[in-house]
Amino acid sequence: MLELRDIQVDFDGFKALGGVDLTVAEGELRFLIGPNGAGKTTLIDVITGLTRPTSGTVGFDGHDLVGRKEHHIVRLGVGRTFQTAVVFEELTVLENLDLAASFRKPLWSLMRQRKGVTEAVEEALSRTGLEELAERSAGVLSHGQRQWLEIGMLLAQRPRLLLLDEPVAGMSREERERTGELLTGIARDHTVIVVEHDMEFLRRYASQVTVLHEGKVLTEGSVDQVRADPRVQEVYLGRRASDAVGTGS
Amino acid sequence: MNKTDVMNKADVMKKADVMKKAIYPILVGLLVVAAPFLMDAFRLNLLAKYLCFAIVALGIGLAWGQGGMLTLGQGVFFGLGGYSMAMYLKLQEGGLPDFMVWSGVEKLPALWTPFANPVFALATAILGPMLLATLLGLLVFRQRVRGAYFAILTQALAAALVILLVGQQGLTGGTNGMTNFYDLFAWDLAEDSTQRGLYFVVAVVLALLYLGARQLVRSRYGRLLVAVRDGEDRVRFLGYDPATVKTVTFAISAGMAGLAGALFVPVVGIISPALLGVVPSLELVVAVAVGGRYALAGAVLGAVVMGYAKTAFSEQFADGWLYLQGALFILVMTLAPKGIMGVIKRARTA
Amino acid sequence: MEAFVNQLPIGLSIGAVLLLIALGLTFTFGQMGVINMAHGEFIMAGAYTAFLLPGLFVPSLVVAFFVAGAMGLVLERLAIRHFYGRPLDTLLLTWGVSLVLQQLARDLFGAPNVQVKAPDWLAGGIGILPYNRLFIMGLAIASVVGVWLYLVRTKHGRRMRAVMQNRRLAATSGIDTGRVDMLTFFIGSGLAGIAGVALTLVGPVGPSLGTYYIVDAFLVVVAGGLGQLRGAVLAAAGLGLLNSYAEFWSDASLAKVIVFAAVIAFLQFRPQGLFTVRSRALS
Repeated sequence: MLELRDIQVDFDGFKALGGVDLTVAEGELRFLIGPNGAGKTTLIDVITGLTRPTSGTVGFDGHDLVGRKEHHIVRLGVGRTFQTAVVFEELTVLENLDLAASFRKPLWSLMRQRKGVTEAVEEALSRTGLEELAERSAGVLSHGQRQWLEIGMLLAQRPRLLLLDEPVAGMSREERERTGELLTGIARDHTVIVVEHDMEFLRRYASQVTVLHEGKVLTEGSVDQVRADPRVQEVYLGRRASDAVGTGS
Repeated sequence: MNKTDVMNKADVMKKADVMKKAIYPILVGLLVVAAPFLMDAFRLNLLAKYLCFAIVALGIGLAWGQGGMLTLGQGVFFGLGGYSMAMYLKLQEGGLPDFMVWSGVEKLPALWTPFANPVFALATAILGPMLLATLLGLLVFRQRVRGAYFAILTQALAAALVILLVGQQGLTGGTNGMTNFYDLFAWDLAEDSTQRGLYFVVAVVLALLYLGARQLVRSRYGRLLVAVRDGEDRVRFLGYDPATVKTVTFAISAGMAGLAGALFVPVVGIISPALLGVVPSLELVVAVAVGGRYALAGAVLGAVVMGYAKTAFSEQFADGWLYLQGALFILVMTLAPKGIMGVIKRARTA
Repeated sequence: MEAFVNQLPIGLSIGAVLLLIALGLTFTFGQMGVINMAHGEFIMAGAYTAFLLPGLFVPSLVVAFFVAGAMGLVLERLAIRHFYGRPLDTLLLTWGVSLVLQQLARDLFGAPNVQVKAPDWLAGGIGILPYNRLFIMGLAIASVVGVWLYLVRTKHGRRMRAVMQNRRLAATSGIDTGRVDMLTFFIGSGLAGIAGVALTLVGPVGPSLGTYYIVDAFLVVVAGGLGQLRGAVLAAAGLGLLNSYAEFWSDASLAKVIVFAAVIAFLQFRPQGLFTVRSRALS
């Protein structure tokens, strides 16, 4: 369903991605991991049109996404969240979801007043467990709730491919668990790519993992395979060890 | 307490709420209707003038307050509307317009001829500004030029238009613009009754536009507009094109300004470059800020209040007005960025 | 052809004045996101400084720099500082300040324009090049070189560039960003003062002097790119020349419309101005 071929990204001479290939099949739940600066978020940015790759192609359902505008890519069915959940604070939770769900409606039809709650919004509310907060403004939500709202907005759009950028970063243990359950539920009927740092979370919820390192794919495979790979251990543990000693950058 | 009780109570509360909310519109409505009986013709004419500005302010409230587009060039659209109407009125008199005779123009310029038709003139007054705003919006918003950049560009447009109007003396009346209008259709513009009628027309147009704008703000489109204001880039990832949303809103606000200009001319009896340049455009933005940019009512209120303040103070202190306006503005921006409406809201909730 | 050549020094000197004005704007805009509408009144203050120091043209350049700079400093400390992160509000706030300053000038110096007598050694010229316009160009070049040296060679200048590129990072690496902002504002406003003195060479001085140039100077910033020295230089020269040629070949009243259309057309190719720093942040 998603095919990235030889993606390269240069930021003013700095090579953020140096030839990444990635294939994700329909229905898959894929985790994208790697140390800081490995290029995980850049890869998501490339797929969703925020960053234009210096070279390479992004195939999605027979379309090449490179060079398309962000909102066109969303309209093809690719949705994403952001590391720091971005929701519209002035709007209520319900309005946030409703706005997300209405994106295929023509502009003039949006000018009529909203009546009731559509099925897609209803479903997003119940899946994320935000029903109680529906009428509250999104500005008062906690960090965790914002992430869920953002995921809910994504669900309300019924995308074919979901890209979640560090959904559990900064969450409490309890929140992580809820997010994990939410994710497992979503993965049942969606194709999902998750960028994640958190090893514990990975161990519990991941099946297929791609490891990025310094802008390249280091290895790919099941969680256990990847964890057993000495190169991965070196990249992660080596860095961690040096950090602990205090010689790292 | 069982469930139906709770529901009923909520219902009652809602009704009380609606009553409370209806009080202000009703009061304002009564005041508007009573105004002709409460003030002399001169004052009523002034009020009609402020209401024309309020229509422009409403558009600014929509574009800036709701959509985050700080437009410093509404005078351009106001001017297009005003000049269209003025051209029609001038042609009503028959013969060559007076200022053309003075500047030695012998034949009516081709640009002028269609304006003899009132429908054409009025349509141009509204659609002309909308078209220009759409064009500018498409060129600018698509390239993601926004915020301060957009403000600067609109201001540059206002400055450019003034110089153009002043320079094309034979076509536009130059610095003096156009004045000395006598009739609108069959009515004598100097008559009090005509002016009273015009006042009501302006008030009704304002009321209708206000209701329409309020409806728009409350719709999904309005939510989308606020979302674009607060996170344009995020909106893209919801599958919307912010450029379209902004362009449409900007065009609506331009259309309002154009219509306001067309109404202004018969009410005040003059249109000139000094009424639509950089300073008057900014003054209206200031008025919206003073009234409260996040509420449409604030925009309208601000335009009327600032209009009155300007007249009252200029009558008494002449030059002092600029100090006062400047100082007032600095104070509002520092102490009450949400303007009068913000203060009222805070007082109510406290 | 002759007309073309004759128009050249006029265009370039307009560009030079725009550059002097835009230099300050591009740095306050680029570094602090501040649109200072009162910048035009600093120009006016500089011009009146020259008026108050008759016969002391060169010293008045220095004095004007400090007068306008001090005004900028006061404005930054008293008002703008509290508005960081709200660029549109700052724009309106500083417009209020600009109104007050204009009225102040009217009360102090009277509403009618005054004339500053240019020093005798600037009368005449070489061929089609009048000395006064040459002097303005030289002044602009000197200012650009000065600013460039300041940015590259001095400790303060390096700090300024650091803050411009990444304010938060600069703050966490121990740079007192408040101080840097003050200094930037001082220098930027001071340059406007110098521009004001330069303007007395080509026209009369009045309370609304600044308003004639401020809009064009902002267009220079838009076309040049934020906080970009080379962008400002090229954009100022370009807009100055375009202004003078458009005025010459078409109607004077159409020139500004042509310039406006040109800037919009230019933005279709370079929406962020001539030069930009690529960033991946979602603003």
